[in-house]
Amino acid sequence: MRVRRRAADVAVLLLLAAWATPYFWQLRTSFTPDAELLATTRVLPAAPTAIHYQAVLERSVMPQALGNSLAVASLTTLVALALGLPAAYGIARLPVPGKGLLLLVVVACTAFPQIATVSPLYLLLRALGLRDTWTALVLANTSFALPLLIWLLAGFIREIPIEVEEAAFLDGAGRLRVLGRVVLPLIAPGVASAALLTFLAAWNEFLFAYTFTATEASRTVPVALALFPGVFEVPWGDIAAASILASLPPVLIVIGLHRWLVRGLVAGALKE
Amino acid sequence: MTGRQRADRRAGLAFVAPAALALAALALYPSLWVLWLSLQHRVPIFGIARFTGLDHYAFLAADPRFWNAVQVTLVFTGVSVALELALGLAAALALQRQRAGRRLALSLLLLAWALPSVVTARLFEWLYHPSAGLVNALLGRSLNWLGDPTLALPGLILADVWRTMPFVALLCYARLLTIPIEVYEAARVDGAGRLATFRSVTLPLLRSILLVALLFRTLDALRAFDLMFVLTGGGPAGTTETLTVYAYRSLFQTLQLGFGAALGVVIFALVMAVAAGYLRALRREGLAA
Repeated sequence: MRVRRRAADVAVLLLLAAWATPYFWQLRTSFTPDAELLATTRVLPAAPTAIHYQAVLERSVMPQALGNSLAVASLTTLVALALGLPAAYGIARLPVPGKGLLLLVVVACTAFPQIATVSPLYLLLRALGLRDTWTALVLANTSFALPLLIWLLAGFIREIPIEVEEAAFLDGAGRLRVLGRVVLPLIAPGVASAALLTFLAAWNEFLFAYTFTATEASRTVPVALALFPGVFEVPWGDIAAASILASLPPVLIVIGLHRWLVRGLVAGALKE
Repeated sequence: MTGRQRADRRAGLAFVAPAALALAALALYPSLWVLWLSLQHRVPIFGIARFTGLDHYAFLAADPRFWNAVQVTLVFTGVSVALELALGLAAALALQRQRAGRRLALSLLLLAWALPSVVTARLFEWLYHPSAGLVNALLGRSLNWLGDPTLALPGLILADVWRTMPFVALLCYARLLTIPIEVYEAARVDGAGRLATFRSVTLPLLRSILLVALLFRTLDALRAFDLMFVLTGGGPAGTTETLTVYAYRSLFQTLQLGFGAALGVVIFALVMAVAAGYLRALRREGLAA
């Protein structure tokens, strides 16, 4: 019985590893010399090489795109947190006039198709002279990051027993102090999950970034990867290396922080 | 109203106002503006901007390219969401019995979901390569997956299923973990077999989360853009051109902002109609307020 149990566990792991094959295959390709690219029968390249990474890091816009993406995704997360945390607390705990309407707007915003709002946002950002800047991308990303964050954080705040806050009020603390000193430490794990999801969504975002950027000054990783140049032949090895670099933060998050990720994902769906 | 209540009201407004203003400017305003744009003939490079009323919509009603895009969008959404739910449920049931290596299992599962969809497009472009691709190597064929009008849409759907099955699996798995083991023991005491237990215990308990997953996935599939734009660009011969790709091409490649906005409004209406329909279904189930 125990042996069978163990065998079933291994079988599930093997199936999941098989599901991840497209990624592993790209990882393999990124270390395969061009001459061997057609040899699909080998599991590993005969003569592994770092030449594709060298090409991508030294002769492409990828390093700058990685910097842009890191900045845009981090700033989006910070801005959305700074706006979303007080709003979530207000919605969860305070008598805000028009709260029902606001909540409806928040939920509706999470369903807005980006392809519908991209043209007005384009005109707006162009009118503000923000084309091809980090600011444009952070503002545009906030349009989908903020509603998601408010929704998640309001749920986490509602889970805290209200008595904890009452005790702080009796000590004479104001709302802002209660939020910062009492509520925030208690929902810290939830904030981390929500921030991680926001960062990931901003890192992966393509449509806004593709539309609002024009040069490598602000192009993010997905845009640089979509536009990856091939002059005469498609440089499959270089593209593979660039893809692996573009997936680095998501992969690290999935390996190291997946518990936080799962928490945020599940909270968004299980709470009605 | 006591002093405390008054203070709370003020604090509430101050806490909510910045986010409300940001949402109004960055989400609500654009969503109303797109309606207005769709009623205009607007081609910025030629300085054209005039009111045309419902002309764009009238054009769409008789536009074969539009109806093709509608069909592609609906087939893509229907088939990929159905496959994602079926495979996601299967994966969740397999994970439920997992004892050893759960962490590794979750990491492997979530990998495909966490990648940028542009990366997914690049991954599958290479897998589908006619002569050097892994798919053809495994099949022992030399099919031109992305160049063949009959194979491109299935190929695209496969890539989408690969990417999003883990999301459904994770939601179902999380729900399965909340089912107390006693429920299963009771079913076994009653002499229920595996299939009977699944049908009468597990599936009813998963019903609500499956509906939620169905809602999220349908909305995302209707709005999907990155994957097809980068993987097939809508080709060959428009066989993978969804409404989103048609809208993008009109907006930023042929630069007809008004016409592209009309397509955006159609997608908007479609998404909102589906969301409203689901919410009604969920309410009937007693799941939503």
